[in-house]
Amino acid sequence: MKKLVTALVFVCAYAFAQAPSTFAIRNAKIVTVGGPVIAKGTVVVRKGLIEAVGENVAVPSDAWVVDGEGLTVYPGLIDSLSTVGMPGAPATSTTATAGRGGRGQATPATPGTPVTAAAPLARGPEDRPATTSWVVAADEIQATDRRIETVRSAGFTTAVTFPTRGIFAGQGSIVDLLSGEKAGEMVLVPSVGQYISLTRAGGGGGMGGGFPSSLMGTISYIRQIYLDAAHYQLVKDTYAKDPRGMERPAYDRALEGVLESKRILFPANRLVEIDRMLRFAAELKQPVILYGVHESYRPEAIQVIKKYGAPVLVSLRWPEPTRDANPDDVDSMRTLETRDKAASAPALLKKAGVRFALYSDGLDQPRDLQRAVKKAMDGGLSREDAVRALTLSAAEIYGVADRMGSIEKGKIANLVVMRGDIFEDRTKVELIFVDGRKYTPAPDTATPGGRGPATDDPGGNR
Amino acid sequence: MNKAWIAALIALAPLSAETIVIQNATVMTVTKGTLKGSVVIKDGKIAEVGEKVMVPQGATVIDGTNQYLIPGIIDCHSHIAADGGINEGSVSVSSMVDIKDVLNPEDIAIYRALAGGVTTANILHGSANAIGGCTLPIKMRWGKDAQSLIFEGAMPGIKFALGENPKRAGNPQGGRGAATTVQARYPATRMGIEDTIREAFNEAKAYKEEWDAYNARVARGEHLIPPRKDLKLEPLKEVLEGKRYVHAHSYRADEILMLIRVADDYGFKIRTFQHVLEGYKVAKEIAAHGAGASTFSDWWSYKVEAFDAIPYNAALMAKKGIVVSLNSDDAELMRHLNSEAGKAMKYGGVSENDALAMVTLNPAKQLGIDNRVGSIEVGKDADLVIFDKFPLSDYAKVQKVLIDGTVYFDRDKEASDLVLKTAEKQKLVDKLKQQQAAQGGRGGRGGRGQ
Repeated sequence: MKKLVTALVFVCAYAFAQAPSTFAIRNAKIVTVGGPVIAKGTVVVRKGLIEAVGENVAVPSDAWVVDGEGLTVYPGLIDSLSTVGMPGAPATSTTATAGRGGRGQATPATPGTPVTAAAPLARGPEDRPATTSWVVAADEIQATDRRIETVRSAGFTTAVTFPTRGIFAGQGSIVDLLSGEKAGEMVLVPSVGQYISLTRAGGGGGMGGGFPSSLMGTISYIRQIYLDAAHYQLVKDTYAKDPRGMERPAYDRALEGVLESKRILFPANRLVEIDRMLRFAAELKQPVILYGVHESYRPEAIQVIKKYGAPVLVSLRWPEPTRDANPDDVDSMRTLETRDKAASAPALLKKAGVRFALYSDGLDQPRDLQRAVKKAMDGGLSREDAVRALTLSAAEIYGVADRMGSIEKGKIANLVVMRGDIFEDRTKVELIFVDGRKYTPAPDTATPGGRGPATDDPGGNR
Repeated sequence: MNKAWIAALIALAPLSAETIVIQNATVMTVTKGTLKGSVVIKDGKIAEVGEKVMVPQGATVIDGTNQYLIPGIIDCHSHIAADGGINEGSVSVSSMVDIKDVLNPEDIAIYRALAGGVTTANILHGSANAIGGCTLPIKMRWGKDAQSLIFEGAMPGIKFALGENPKRAGNPQGGRGAATTVQARYPATRMGIEDTIREAFNEAKAYKEEWDAYNARVARGEHLIPPRKDLKLEPLKEVLEGKRYVHAHSYRADEILMLIRVADDYGFKIRTFQHVLEGYKVAKEIAAHGAGASTFSDWWSYKVEAFDAIPYNAALMAKKGIVVSLNSDDAELMRHLNSEAGKAMKYGGVSENDALAMVTLNPAKQLGIDNRVGSIEVGKDADLVIFDKFPLSDYAKVQKVLIDGTVYFDRDKEASDLVLKTAEKQKLVDKLKQQQAAQGGRGGRGGRGQ
């Protein structure tokens, strides 16, 4: 019966050239996130917005009806730090390098990326090494990126996507994960903040390769940029007031990009890094969001985060043992402890009242994402809070909770309809609504030999 | 003002408020001879030293019978406790970087140094460039955060380096292997190093003049746009103003003289020559400049410029009136600086007391912190080490280490904790192994996806 209804909806969708713009999902469980759960109710979607939600909402006569019997409607998930849609972005982790506090590799030079020029080498901060602060993700979005469908199939309707190469990588944008649209239509907010990583332009080691080649070099570079930006602003303002008799200030796109950014994102995984980067952001007088934060399971880390009042984005790529490591090598106690306890960090952050969201960190496959969130739930995070950390909390951190993040009248119709409880093993995504447009999930593409752990049903009887 | 701030800081640390008496130990004060007696610690400071002291009510008593008490060991040259590399080697002048930004209070080397009796260390930038990064002394306050490591109120420093390291000897193209397109970095000769330092100070002087002129005009009430703040030149400006110590990595006599000439020309002082293995050849000149010398006891021949070294170096330089310290430059050597000091007694016949001073009072003087640490005197910080035997002996073991009157290392506690910690770790290893096995087995069953 249920299957029939669903099938009918699909057939109808295909049968009409003009996609419908009004939907009603009725008799479904609705997890609004913003308010109480509605055990059985209706959500009406019209022209990309949520027109009505409640127990006793009438189904409009022109609406396409989805029978929600046995289905649960959640707000569309928001990936609070993503690279989806970015040209040449790696499908995998961005923080694997950055989050280690600069112990990572140099940024690989991928053809087609408008990043650091190959030569000449930077001789100091003046050469603005590994800086593309002026790049805005919204301007670079590729609507044809295949990852859009993949991550949408995991239940994401929205991504806060960032250019991630270099030290000042560029400005992130909030985008809705529409398919085949003009890139511009996807963009909700063009610039939400500057993505900063602690990679070393020089590649570390100090043997050539340009400035900076150490963590302290990168930090001093960032510090100099902010000093320069303040000075630049002052000179520009003075010149604008009265240019006569004053030397014309040179245009500096690196500083323009920094000045445009209303907040910065800093990597920090270990307690030492969390402390260091929060102190640094305070010194720079920049509103900051930390990303990574795997050691935030430690009480000292939570204490520091609370002291500075900064929101944090917790990477869902939980630490794992190094692949092919020498089995005789035993990791340090701290490494082992972090592997054991990182996934309990979200629960502890929640308990401490810290503003936090979860981000996929390159876990594109629906199955990987589901397992990673489940791990946080096993670590003590309630399902309700897990959903919030991937919806409303993310919207709040970026200041867009007035238009998304919960199922509320007047908000953007970003919804995910599940059969079963979200983040459970056997639960399936049935439908996804992005900007009121209906999508069905792509078949799970986790096939043997694909990326992700090889233990995903190798040759399973799917 | 500064004192009040320090007092406030100490008041915040609850443990150091404790009153401690270390009784009946052989107290090697360094400045006031050696006595059999006791030391009273109040509010993190040494309150009383004497053969007979009154034990204040409620004081914790540590029995020092048959044991030796010395001031905390100070290492004038260390690279521990820093994250993400200690060399910004991409440029010949890297004064814009600061070790302070990358302190890692969780570096296990801190704890190991403590176990060797070290309470303070000068954390230096590496020697990859003629002018390196900013440096600072820290206290080994294991378990505290990065800010709490910083030796409050101490003058910061900057690392200079001469000779083979900054000129990239054996590495003339600036990188190994012709295949890598690594650009050569100036300088490649000792001449070039001198030039690099002079050029940097020419820039710094101009920069200082620009700021001085600006400040003077602002003082006259003018409204101006300030000059651009340059993090590379700020520390060099501070050197010119005597607000930052220069610690110069050096080996050969000629380069030592060269740097003295440069310093004289630009009107700044070298605070210490580091390594300074040929210092015995130019001890008179170093003494005349007023620089200290921080050397190795007997570590040399690891490169050409380190061949003409003798174990009498420390003693000979000291005889010429130089403040001499022995340093580690190494996390391992750092753990037995006491026996390094002992070697100065064998080579050069330095007295017990003067040898001990080479790892306590003298490095404190070189770092400008001898008003706080370096000897056992009333009013100084209670940074103390208890050894079970004569501390300059190879057989001596550190029993307890106190910093600001707080016990940061205790051998008995360490011995008992080790068993517990090992068990705890094994439990965690087993747990994670099990989890991994369970995960690995999951895929094997297949068909989980229904």
